[in-house]
Amino acid sequence: MQEMVRLERLTKRFGDVHAVEDVSFAVGRGEVLGFLGPNGAGKSTTMRMLTGFILPTSGTASVMGFDVVREPRRAKERIGYLPEGAPSYGDMSPLGFLRFVGEMRGIHGKELARRIGVAVERTSLEEVANRPIETLSKGFRRRVGLAQAILHDPPVLVLDEPTDGLDPNQKHEVRKLVREMSRDKAIIVSTHILEEVDAVCDRVVIIARGRIVADAKPEELERRSALHNAVRLTLERERAEEASEAIRTLNTVREVQRLEEVNGVATLLVLPVDGADLGAQVSQLLHGRGIRIERLAVERGRLDDVFRALTQGPSA
Amino acid sequence: MDIVRTVVRRELAAYFTTPLAYVFIVIFLALAGAFAFFLGGFFERGQADLESFFVFHPWLYLFLVPAVAMRLWAEERRTGTIELLMTLPASTFQIVLGKFLAAWIFTGIALALTFPFWLTVNYLGEPDNGVILAAYLGSWAIAGAFIAIGACASALTKNQVIAFVLGAAICFLFLMSGVDLVLAAFRGWAPDWVVDLVASFSLITHFNELAKGVINAATAVYLATLVGVCWLVNTLIVDLEKAR
Repeated sequence: MQEMVRLERLTKRFGDVHAVEDVSFAVGRGEVLGFLGPNGAGKSTTMRMLTGFILPTSGTASVMGFDVVREPRRAKERIGYLPEGAPSYGDMSPLGFLRFVGEMRGIHGKELARRIGVAVERTSLEEVANRPIETLSKGFRRRVGLAQAILHDPPVLVLDEPTDGLDPNQKHEVRKLVREMSRDKAIIVSTHILEEVDAVCDRVVIIARGRIVADAKPEELERRSALHNAVRLTLERERAEEASEAIRTLNTVREVQRLEEVNGVATLLVLPVDGADLGAQVSQLLHGRGIRIERLAVERGRLDDVFRALTQGPSA
Repeated sequence: MDIVRTVVRRELAAYFTTPLAYVFIVIFLALAGAFAFFLGGFFERGQADLESFFVFHPWLYLFLVPAVAMRLWAEERRTGTIELLMTLPASTFQIVLGKFLAAWIFTGIALALTFPFWLTVNYLGEPDNGVILAAYLGSWAIAGAFIAIGACASALTKNQVIAFVLGAAICFLFLMSGVDLVLAAFRGWAPDWVVDLVASFSLITHFNELAKGVINAATAVYLATLVGVCWLVNTLIVDLEKAR
């Protein structure tokens, strides 16, 4: 996999405040990196350094091999950037705005018209293309920002909260667009919405208080959840107590929780030791005792648990 | 140059899509006329020239031009579009230049719309049109100097009111540096050559020559230097903000 973006020990201090501290990671072609963290963790500051809007206090960032501080123009040419809040000129129409951005990027004439057409189509802006941006809804404004970012078909896309303020349908569209474009690009998407990660990301970097606390695939993170491989069992209420006694005797079981009871059936949650795979064992055990299982489901684990554990930490 | 031209076009369009452009032009024309007729005695002088018209321009510019320049950077900061602008592959200087030129062209348009004065004196008598052209250029040059100063003030803040007040105050100092009010602040402690230097910064002294149609090299060099230094300061202010 060709490496397209590299951050090396990137650090930003505002006075005494360490906004970003020693952040390093790389993103390759075809990869969508989810950049996660609570509000104020340093996501936007990191992206601003990568795109050349602010200078790092120390450390380096490069895009396609061009250092963003030493060769800013070459680096910026290769990035499409959607800044936080998708700023745009309210007095312009989406078409006028895209023409401005295109010309600033050195695209002119027919080529510019063609690219604007593609960007407008991909972000479904046709119906508002000639209206002043300040009269558009939040969803449309965000898509104008997105259209601007993809206009020059850059190898690297940096999107700061691209789905913030969109309704579920629009979110779905944007995620689909990101997936489609990811084939030959390196894409960094910041978000604090965890469902986004499952939907689009190949890899997740989580940052808290300016530092990276996790860098892994979404499945690996789910595995860190206490709920990973937990077994959810539904069975008749009368035998629930007996079943949980029996399951507790297994040495791979850490805990059995009795959850709700509805219509004469009880639900048990069986938590494994170190994420061990329990499903078959539990089902065999109960079968042997003649206890009928109505439903058995193995949990994948929950990202939001992991996210909370990582970003709040023991010190917070 | 492509980038500068693109910035100029966008900024000019921005002036004309808001009421600012029309308010500015109407007020400029109304005041320029009122000053020339009532304070300058345009008719009473009985002379076929436009000196009574040009002589008030610096005072008009003093509060009108900072109003044109105040939005150049402050608005970009307030709305966050500065982040978009500064992450496009353009140099800060190109953007500084583009914004300056747009505002300067805009004041040029307002100034050009005073042409009825020129028609009037030509109808009433036989003025020296070379002198009038030179005075127009001089007036436009002073507007340019004020814009360059106002743009620097605008780059310092995201509040347009602050940008306006700051810009007007600095313009006032440059305009008035030849009068005792300003010079007295230096006389007490500074050597004579410093006082003379400050006095030579006085835009009003230079402009009084320009209004008579006299363009001398010292004035041209001074104005060009002032504008050039402002561009550099403007670029520096914007770039320093990155490293904050």
